[in-house]
Formats: sequence, structure tokens, C-alpha cells
Amino acid sequence: MSLNPTDDPVSQAPQKLDANAVRRVAEGRHADQSPLRRFLRANRPALGALAVAVLMLLIFLIGDPTVFTSWNVYRAVLIGLPVVIFVVVPLVFVVTVGEIDLSFPATIGMTGWVFALIVQAGFDPFLGLLGAMVTGVGLGFCVGWLVVYANLSSLIATLGMNFMLRGLIQIRTEGKSIALPNLPDSLAYRIFADQYLGIPVSVFWIVIFVAVCSLIYNRHRFGLRVHVVGDNPDAAQQMGINVRRVRLLTFAFVGFGASLAGVFAVFINYTWWPTSGESYLLPGLASVFVGGTAPWGGIGTVIGSAIGAFTVSFIQTGVVGVGLSGFYVQFFYGLIIILSLLGHRWNQIRYR
Amino acid sequence: MTDRIIELRDIRKSYGQVYALGGVDLHVDQGEVVGLVGDNGAGKSTLIKILAGAVRPTSGEILVRGRPVHGWDAAQSRAAGIETVFQDRALAVQQSITWNIFMGREITGPFGFLRAGKQREEASRLMREIGFTSKVFGPDSIVGQLSGGERQGVAIARAIYNRSDLIILDEPTTALSLTETAKVFHFVEQARAAGRSILFIGHNIHHVYDISDRFVVLDRGRVASQITKAELGSADALVRFMEELAHPSPKTEKAGKA
Repeated sequence: MSLNPTDDPVSQAPQKLDANAVRRVAEGRHADQSPLRRFLRANRPALGALAVAVLMLLIFLIGDPTVFTSWNVYRAVLIGLPVVIFVVVPLVFVVTVGEIDLSFPATIGMTGWVFALIVQAGFDPFLGLLGAMVTGVGLGFCVGWLVVYANLSSLIATLGMNFMLRGLIQIRTEGKSIALPNLPDSLAYRIFADQYLGIPVSVFWIVIFVAVCSLIYNRHRFGLRVHVVGDNPDAAQQMGINVRRVRLLTFAFVGFGASLAGVFAVFINYTWWPTSGESYLLPGLASVFVGGTAPWGGIGTVIGSAIGAFTVSFIQTGVVGVGLSGFYVQFFYGLIIILSLLGHRWNQIRYR
Repeated sequence: MTDRIIELRDIRKSYGQVYALGGVDLHVDQGEVVGLVGDNGAGKSTLIKILAGAVRPTSGEILVRGRPVHGWDAAQSRAAGIETVFQDRALAVQQSITWNIFMGREITGPFGFLRAGKQREEASRLMREIGFTSKVFGPDSIVGQLSGGERQGVAIARAIYNRSDLIILDEPTTALSLTETAKVFHFVEQARAAGRSILFIGHNIHHVYDISDRFVVLDRGRVASQITKAELGSADALVRFMEELAHPSPKTEKAGKA
């Protein structure tokens, strides 16, 4: 078994031979020697996302040292951040399995609505949370069924579902929001949404969520199967993995994450709006890829996506904080997304 | 009768109007190496996929150790001790060697979490067992970094884990170098010595002849002949028989069909 790539028919295929060969040998020789090296190699995309985040912070810090050394800017971002991360992390699973889900904004709206209705009716917010979760998972299964069993393209089907669900909300509410003025008095609020020492409690929950999801992604049978199905569905099927079931479950998982996002969004302002979730579509999607998950499926990173979500969420606050007008926000969104993708492209080779 | 691992009875498979298999009977007993040969389009791959549970037959009966099975699929096939090394190797090339070996049959602890250390250990052991002693690659190496022969090694390592009773090798030597081919043969010998059965599919008749005890010749979706090595005598006899199938001469046409 020769290591010399020139007499190896497989690596001679359409790949960039030289770069690949060098990398192959360089990586391989140290494959199992140093734990640090192994860690760096295994977490390359996430570390790349972290580098982007740090770089961005540095630029803002240089731009306006007074604003960006005060905690208030970070707290402002941290309040909204958990909502985004609750959907971005499950999206990593969907993208890894080789699909996409654009229906999550409407699911955020729907589940928040269910939560608001239950609380408004005088029930405990915990019951509202449960109702939202059931709704979210249920919607996730519906969307997943359309893609997996009805064989629709996930791009189009989930986009359609997004419009349809949002449309249902608009038809029923006629644009009216639901205010829940008593929500801050509840036990649930203190557990999920209060602030202690200037840190929103939701940050604590999101850390747990990301940690558990990362473990599932990297160290659980489901995570392994998500990777394998996204990498080579035929092989997965031939090895006895129920490919459809794995795909379906990732969509249900997005529904679950969206329900948490929907509820936490209501907690922030004690109000549910019929547009709730709408603004998360593009930043949410961008976060997944800024975080270092590959758009072609099979590989990704949960922690990277959380960092990506931070980066994307920070842009808006940062641009305004640095003294530029809000008109610059979209430009910087785009710039960060493109630069991140270029970085990740250089950082990871696609094996075929 | 020795222990019969699997038996197919009158298996038919058609795709629309086109039939790939038109009633095939096939069986593999404990400890024998069966060579499955046939021209392109004879139905070899379809037959393999049916055995592996990846494709469902249109009709016919499958018996595992004498018992008919229902709802035969890939998971059932593996649970019955049948492992398949597919022609395309069925590997997820962006994943580690370990994950490829354990996909679909993960070693898990509480709540379905992987026992990652145990899996790595087992993967290392399997790779040593099949002569994958390269220091350059470890169980965490990405399969996409490996050469064709090394990838084949991963696919074989996956097949021998769990002491499967029957290993199906679908053209395992295609696109391999001479030394890599030799390794595959060495593996087959080892497996035979350990009392496992092998179903070996190949285009190179001489390769198949050398390692098989019995031959099944497939021709246009039907079994044209089942013959033992002793009855056949030489590889050339097998080659002649197959040539005769492909281009029957008028004189021997009747004999060929019989």
C-alpha cells in the first residue's frame, strides 16, 4: 500500500493532487501521536469560526475602544443570542444530513403563539413551554415527512411550509400581537429569562443546550448516523441504517429547537408578535455556515455554529456601536459571510 | 448436509418490464468459498444486493439457517451474520476509519452514547488483523485520505468484526495493485481457515478459480451452472464454459444449455 500519491489511482482522481498529497502525509504522520494535534485537527472548522469572531471583535474594539470595553454591548447581544442558537444548532444536524430547513422561522412563530395562547388563557408558562415543544416537534415531523417520505426537495418544501405556516398565523391573528404583562412574575421567567449579575439566565441554558447537542453530534449513535447519512446515504442504507428515519428525526429536531426559540423570544419582551421569528431566517442560516459546517453535508460543527451565531448577531450591534449608520449592517453581514466561507473552504478539503 | 447459512429459492427481480433475475436458486454452506461468476449484466450485483438486504426481490424465498425470513433488509442481513463488502465499498469518505467500521452497528453505552474508546480500540485491532499495519494511519484518520487498497481494507475490517458467518466480496480486487490483491486473497484464506463462508464475485476467472471450492455461473439472470472445483478440473475449463455461454457454437449449443 503505497503512500506515494502518484501511483495511487484514487487520489489521482479530480482532486488537487499536490496540496492533497502534502496534507495527507502531514496529517497522517501525526494522526494519533499528540492529543493536542488531534484536538486541533478535529476542531478545525470550529476554531476557524472562533478566529473569525475574535478578528471581528478586535476590529470593533479598535474602531471604538470605549463602547466595546463596556459590558452593555455584549449583554445586548447575549439577550437575543440564545434564541438564534436554539435553531442554529439543530440546523447543523439538518445540513449535515444533506438537507436544508427554511421553515424554522414560521415554526418559531407558531410555537411562540401556542405558548402565548396557553399563558394568556391563565395556565402556567411551563405548560405553555410543553405545548410549544409538542407543537414544534409535530411541525418538524410534518415538514420532515414532506421531504423524506413525499420526496420533495427540502429547499422548496420547507420554504413552502414557511410561507404556509406564517400565512396561517396571519389569517388567524390578523396581525394582532399578544402581550403577556404577568409573565415576569412567573417562576418560569425567573428560571429561563431573568438576569443575574448582568448576565441573562438564558445564556446558561444555551450553554447546556449547545454542550448536550455537541455530545449528541459527536459522541452519540444518532450523531454518527447523521454524519454517515449525509456523507453517503447509499452506504448508510447498505449498512442497515434507516436513512429515512435519521433524516426525519433531524427535521423534528429543528422543530424542537424552534419551539425553544419561540418561547425564549416571547420571554424577552413578554409579547408575542405575528412576525416572531421572521427576522431569523437569513442570519440563522448564515450562522450555520459561518460556523464552519460544510454546505455539502457529512461534516459540521455544533460549537462552531454557536460561535457563528454570536458573530452574525454581533454584527448589527457592532456596526451601530462603532458609529456607522444602520445602513452598513447588511454590507457587513455579507462581508463576514463571504470571508468566513472563503476561510472554511481553504481550511477543509472535501473528500469524495 | 452441512450447516446451511443462507439459501435463496426461485428469486426473481424485475425493474418494470426488464428482469434482472429470473428465478435463481443459490445456497452457501458453512465454511465453503463459493465463486460467483458471470458476464456483465448477468445479475451478479443484483443478487448480491438481495443477499445483503439492500434490494428487495420481486418474488422468491430467502431462508437463513433453514428458516424462511420476512421483511428481509440490510439490518436483518447483518444481524443474521452476513456481511457484504460492496463493489463501491460503501464507505463514508469524510468520516474516520472507526466510524466507518462501526456505522450501523455502533458500540454504545448508556442512552445510546458511543463508547468511543472501545470503538477506537476495536478498530485498531481489526486493522492490525487484516494487515493494515501502516503507522501513518490511525483509527481517527479520515477514509478520504486512504488509497483504494486501504479503503478496501476498511471495508473488509468492517465485515470481519462480529465474527460474521458469511462474507460477501463483490469484485474485491477491482482497481487494486498486485500486493493489495494478494492481501485480499490472504484474507479469504484466513477466513476459510477460521470456518467462515465466503461468497466471492469476480471478473477475473483465474482469481475466482484459485480460491473457490464451488462455482455458480450466472447468465442473463439465471443460474447456468453450479459446479465444484473437482468436477471442473481447471480454470481453463471454467473459462471455456463461460465463453460457450457467451457465444454458443452450433454444435455445443444443446450441451451448453443442459
